[in-house]
Amino acid sequence: MTQAPILEIRGVSKTFGPVKALSDVRFELRRGEIHALCGENGAGKSTLMNILAGVLQPSEGEILLDGERVTIASPAAAQRLGIGLVHQEIALCPDATVAENIYMAAINTRRAPLMNFQKLYVEAQKVMDQLAPIPVRTKVADLSISNQQLVEIAKALTLDCKVLMLDEPTAALTESEAQRLFSIVRGLQQRGISVVYISHRMAEIFSLCDRVTVFRDGQYVATDRIADVSPDDVVRKMVGREITQLYPDKLTGAPGRALLSVKGLSDSDCFSNVDLELRTGEILGIGGLIGAGRSEIAQTICGLRPATAGQVEIDGKPKRIRNYSDAVKAGLVYLSEDRKASGVFLDMPISANISALDLKKVTSLGMLNRRAEDRQANELTKRLGVRMSGIGAAVSTLSGGNQQKVAIAKQLSVDPRVILMDEPTRGIDVGAKVEIHRLLRQLASNGVGIVVISSELPELIGLCDRVMVVREGRIAGELSADALGEEAIMRLASGVQDPSNSKQQAAHVA
Amino acid sequence: MSPREETPMHAEINAGSARRMNFARLASMREAGLIVIILALCVAMTFASPHFLTWGNLRAMMMGFSIEGIVVVGMTILLIVGGIDLSVGSVVCFSMVISGALFLAGLDPWTASLIGIAASALIGAIMGFFVTAVGLSHFITSLAAMVIVRGLCLIITKGTPLSLFSLPDSFKAIGQGSFHNIPYVILIFLVVVVVFDLLLRRATAFRKVFYTGSNQKAAQFSGIKTNQVKFWVTVLCSGLAGFAGVIYMARFGAATPTFGAGMELNIIAAAVIGGASLNGGSGTIFGAILGMALLSVVTSSLILLDVSVYWQEMIKGCILLAAVSIDHFLHRKKS
Repeated sequence: MTQAPILEIRGVSKTFGPVKALSDVRFELRRGEIHALCGENGAGKSTLMNILAGVLQPSEGEILLDGERVTIASPAAAQRLGIGLVHQEIALCPDATVAENIYMAAINTRRAPLMNFQKLYVEAQKVMDQLAPIPVRTKVADLSISNQQLVEIAKALTLDCKVLMLDEPTAALTESEAQRLFSIVRGLQQRGISVVYISHRMAEIFSLCDRVTVFRDGQYVATDRIADVSPDDVVRKMVGREITQLYPDKLTGAPGRALLSVKGLSDSDCFSNVDLELRTGEILGIGGLIGAGRSEIAQTICGLRPATAGQVEIDGKPKRIRNYSDAVKAGLVYLSEDRKASGVFLDMPISANISALDLKKVTSLGMLNRRAEDRQANELTKRLGVRMSGIGAAVSTLSGGNQQKVAIAKQLSVDPRVILMDEPTRGIDVGAKVEIHRLLRQLASNGVGIVVISSELPELIGLCDRVMVVREGRIAGELSADALGEEAIMRLASGVQDPSNSKQQAAHVA
Repeated sequence: MSPREETPMHAEINAGSARRMNFARLASMREAGLIVIILALCVAMTFASPHFLTWGNLRAMMMGFSIEGIVVVGMTILLIVGGIDLSVGSVVCFSMVISGALFLAGLDPWTASLIGIAASALIGAIMGFFVTAVGLSHFITSLAAMVIVRGLCLIITKGTPLSLFSLPDSFKAIGQGSFHNIPYVILIFLVVVVVFDLLLRRATAFRKVFYTGSNQKAAQFSGIKTNQVKFWVTVLCSGLAGFAGVIYMARFGAATPTFGAGMELNIIAAAVIGGASLNGGSGTIFGAILGMALLSVVTSSLILLDVSVYWQEMIKGCILLAAVSIDHFLHRKKS
């Protein structure tokens, strides 16, 4: 190919304080190709997309568009340059019409004081019809998620873009909707638009894309023609890092009796027919892509979301769990993945945070027994090694790792049989992470059931004795300690079943 | 997600927390600050007007904010849970009108009053239903209730004040009598304040109010039935407004269908000046009462200084604006 690439990135780095999110990456997008960008969560894909969309500024490096060096100072500048980004999360105004949403960016730069709605609707319908016949006078809130996704793409198209970046566009789509999207993306390609396609799903990448670039830990790994590689190669490149010995020793010998067993659990929209068994002494991991239904399964087991079918047994006895209080009484607790939004009370004292789960324990005659509350807080913070000025300090004064320890202390205050932990070490520095992992292992060997949901493969592999992988609301498979590996998990999570027939399957999906 | 991308946020948390510690100190300073402002105003007024520091004036001021103070207690608790009630003025009136009408219909005043309070609590229960079961906001629900309940007062009285001079003296004594020269009204107010301040700080049920207001999602994830908490706090706020209405009736010996219009603004202003956050999660009854006292001293001063009524309203509005700005400033820093 002699023609200059439409988009080229050279030596781009991005640092957030002391942390390098991207270091010296390159990327090349040829005219009219569909180029997949792969990497684990945190590999730096989103950072690069945000740099190209003008949301973030690179710390170093240069961006060339059509062979010319450009600076993308703001999202508006990206739009002027013809770079469109369709975010993974839908960012539309639900109360406005499709037409108004499609032209939101254009309206923003218009000078005329009044809206010409007739023209707006006509123009918007033209753009929309290229993708799907969605009436543009409809309110966005009345559309299905997949149609909203198409409106997002239409919005990018109105900017007359040369480069379109799609960030996990099929995350919210069903199989047939995804197929429709693929043919639309191919249509765009034929119109000369170059596409950057971010996805975890190997089957999609192999049926749709021309080339694939892999990032890992904020670094460029490789770019290959799809025809030259197998899904297995890509997965290996995505995860190929050495696992350092940061994790506590695993369970030796066989696990004990069944502690928690879930049979045929389903809910109305996210997952169906989930079976799960946890035995004493072991740590069970739950892996899968974000949005696969992992958190929803855990929350439903704990009565935080309604189940439509299935049963939960603890110590072999069936338990009826209608709400979270029932779960706590039965000895089941859930540690939320979003610590700040739903895990802790930031403005309240550490002692009050720890007692929140079981206030009865520190209550006599309807009044709080401050002394009992403080005693409990002192015991648990000491046991977990929370570094703080005192138990009266607000949780907001603690570091992330110590906040998480307080959240765990809250769970331990009720002497639970089973703790379901959703991303227990998200956003925590390595030191605190190691401490929390040791704590979980120690709890497990003391007979507390531990289920860990994690997006970090090394954590699942290093910490857990057994991992179940969830894909699109179903248990895709289970890996025992000796079968555990990043590639094996990714294969289950992204739907590539076996290295030998993955190509075949990819072709089948297409 | 990996620690790499999270760490910048992490640094922000730490920076934020250091800032917040200062604000926590500032918040406790707010109560001390209010006391200083009130005392300074009192001293200044003593020099400015010979009538300020008289038993009569102080007593009138105390009487004035005592009954409203009972309503402030309920409002503060409701603000802590993250709600607001614009209907308290109407509900105070509703309680007076219901009790008064029942008394005139031949019921004894004590039973009539209990029914008036119960009817007020029922208004709160209906609002609580719309907030928790239907999912409307406290603001909209109570705005509607404010108008509807006012309408009910006008319907029941046919628009004319009920004259209740025939109330027995034993009942009127609640509003007009004194114990050792201290009006019963003030004693009742002090009891309500002390009891609820204690409950709010010590009772398990009220701790749930703070959890719910501080972080509703986290409260739900701690097994707290946040809807129940919000429902009962809404009922409590209306119930206390009803209680205040009965005392007003005993004090005035009349039930006017327009009584209490605009009272809600004063009440909310007092609670907010005293440190209750409109975002929920924080507030103290002591602070709210100080806020009430400040507004009362200001009003009394303006009257004694012969400032035009029109200016009085404007000045009170400015004080509220200043207080809400502080509230906003504190919470913007937080998030």
